[in-house]
Amino acid sequence: MSETHRTPLYPAHVRHEAKLVPFAGYDMPLQYSSIRLEHEAVRERAGLFDVSHMAQIHLSGSGAIESAEVLLTCEVASLRVDRARYGLLLNDAGGCVDDVMLTREGPETLFLCVNAANHEKALAWIQDRVGTETHVEDRSRETALLALQGPSAAPVLSRLGPETADLPKRFRVRRLELAGSSVLVSATGYTGSPGFELYVAADRAEALFEAILEAGADDGVVPAGLGARDTLRLEAALPLYGHELDDTTTPFEAGLSRFVKALPGGFIGAEALAAKSAEDPSARRLVGFEMTGRGIARADYEIVHDGDVVGRVTSGAPSPSLGKSIGLGYVPRALGDVGQEFAIRIRGKDVAARIVETPFIR
Amino acid sequence: MADYDFPEDLLYTKDDEWIRREGDEVVIGVSDFAQNQLGDIVFVELPEVGDSTEAGASFGTIESVKAVSDLYAPLSGEVTAINEDLEDSPEKVNESCYEAGWLIRLRPSDAAQLDGLLAVGAYRTSVEERDAES
Repeated sequence: MSETHRTPLYPAHVRHEAKLVPFAGYDMPLQYSSIRLEHEAVRERAGLFDVSHMAQIHLSGSGAIESAEVLLTCEVASLRVDRARYGLLLNDAGGCVDDVMLTREGPETLFLCVNAANHEKALAWIQDRVGTETHVEDRSRETALLALQGPSAAPVLSRLGPETADLPKRFRVRRLELAGSSVLVSATGYTGSPGFELYVAADRAEALFEAILEAGADDGVVPAGLGARDTLRLEAALPLYGHELDDTTTPFEAGLSRFVKALPGGFIGAEALAAKSAEDPSARRLVGFEMTGRGIARADYEIVHDGDVVGRVTSGAPSPSLGKSIGLGYVPRALGDVGQEFAIRIRGKDVAARIVETPFIR
Repeated sequence: MADYDFPEDLLYTKDDEWIRREGDEVVIGVSDFAQNQLGDIVFVELPEVGDSTEAGASFGTIESVKAVSDLYAPLSGEVTAINEDLEDSPEKVNESCYEAGWLIRLRPSDAAQLDGLLAVGAYRTSVEERDAES
């Protein structure tokens, strides 16, 4: 993708002096003040993110539920209206096409929020596999997505109209009027802190963004960029497509088996998953580690055990909440237990690390 | 353009380092523009005293929360001191890039290389060109 897009919030990012970087074909804010300060704001108060680059693909019609059931690893028919659930789209080999948030809006209407980097791939994948009774509609361009994350999220939103009691509980959604705009409020997120994701018409996004910042100013609510989003999701050990997940990675390897229906199941990729035992000792697994030596692990660094390269780091960063360096990476299952020690090869030097429980923060 | 601080009495490189002459040695650090672009600095890896540097070659790394960047030696020479405070307090590079956040002290082996460094005006122009693009 050579053309760079802008989200509806681009003018707000410029006004708030964001440092913009290209991400998945969009000019996105990396940070406004500092990744560390924005990270701390989310953990202690709240941060407001623009995640409008993510795509919304709507399925409707008498075949919608069944189509989604075949496409997704998570159960769809059992998901009640106005609830959201995390799931994966798999290919025939059991690898991840994308990881998505599924929201059921009605008996025969639902939508998937897919990664920006996988927008075209996921859309084509879905269109090619639904029956004639399912209507697929890409509403990404007309939809903006904001995420207000942190312990102050609920009190701040309640200042824009709704009673606190009217806000949806975790993994539920509700359409509410916020600061004069109709917003689908979803109690979901990608930070490991409580909060909401706010789907709103693109032409109302900027007004909503500013209204939230104004309502939260006294609480220390700040705009937050992709840099803080990445350190926050890493502390929560939430996978990022392209790092922990890709077309060759199964949900079992990634530690996501709780988002997979009982096998054999009737979804794409199920047969391949059933064939690969989850307990195959040769399989690799995703682990979380902390650096015990001095250094910072980064994506693609080698994981070394007894002098041999046994795996690769998928994500790594200094954790602002923990004050130490943490990371995720794939290692052989036999080396995957908590407490296992290995080294991360940092610019030719092997620096000690140890597997710890994930999520890193609770 | 943001209001960066570039002291008049220093020399600079296009890699955003500053050089202060002190007798027959120089002190080296990163500029206000560099520390701003890097963001929160969390790790600095420096050479050891006695190591040699080669002009244009990497002599260490500086890491922000998000990224790793090489530090390029503005001059060839021998390292005579390093800022050991940065091991525990790398944030000093953000807080005081020209004083407490200095990186290394060097005895240049070829004084003629100093002539290739930028005066403050030329450096400011170089930053303005790049800042306009970002």
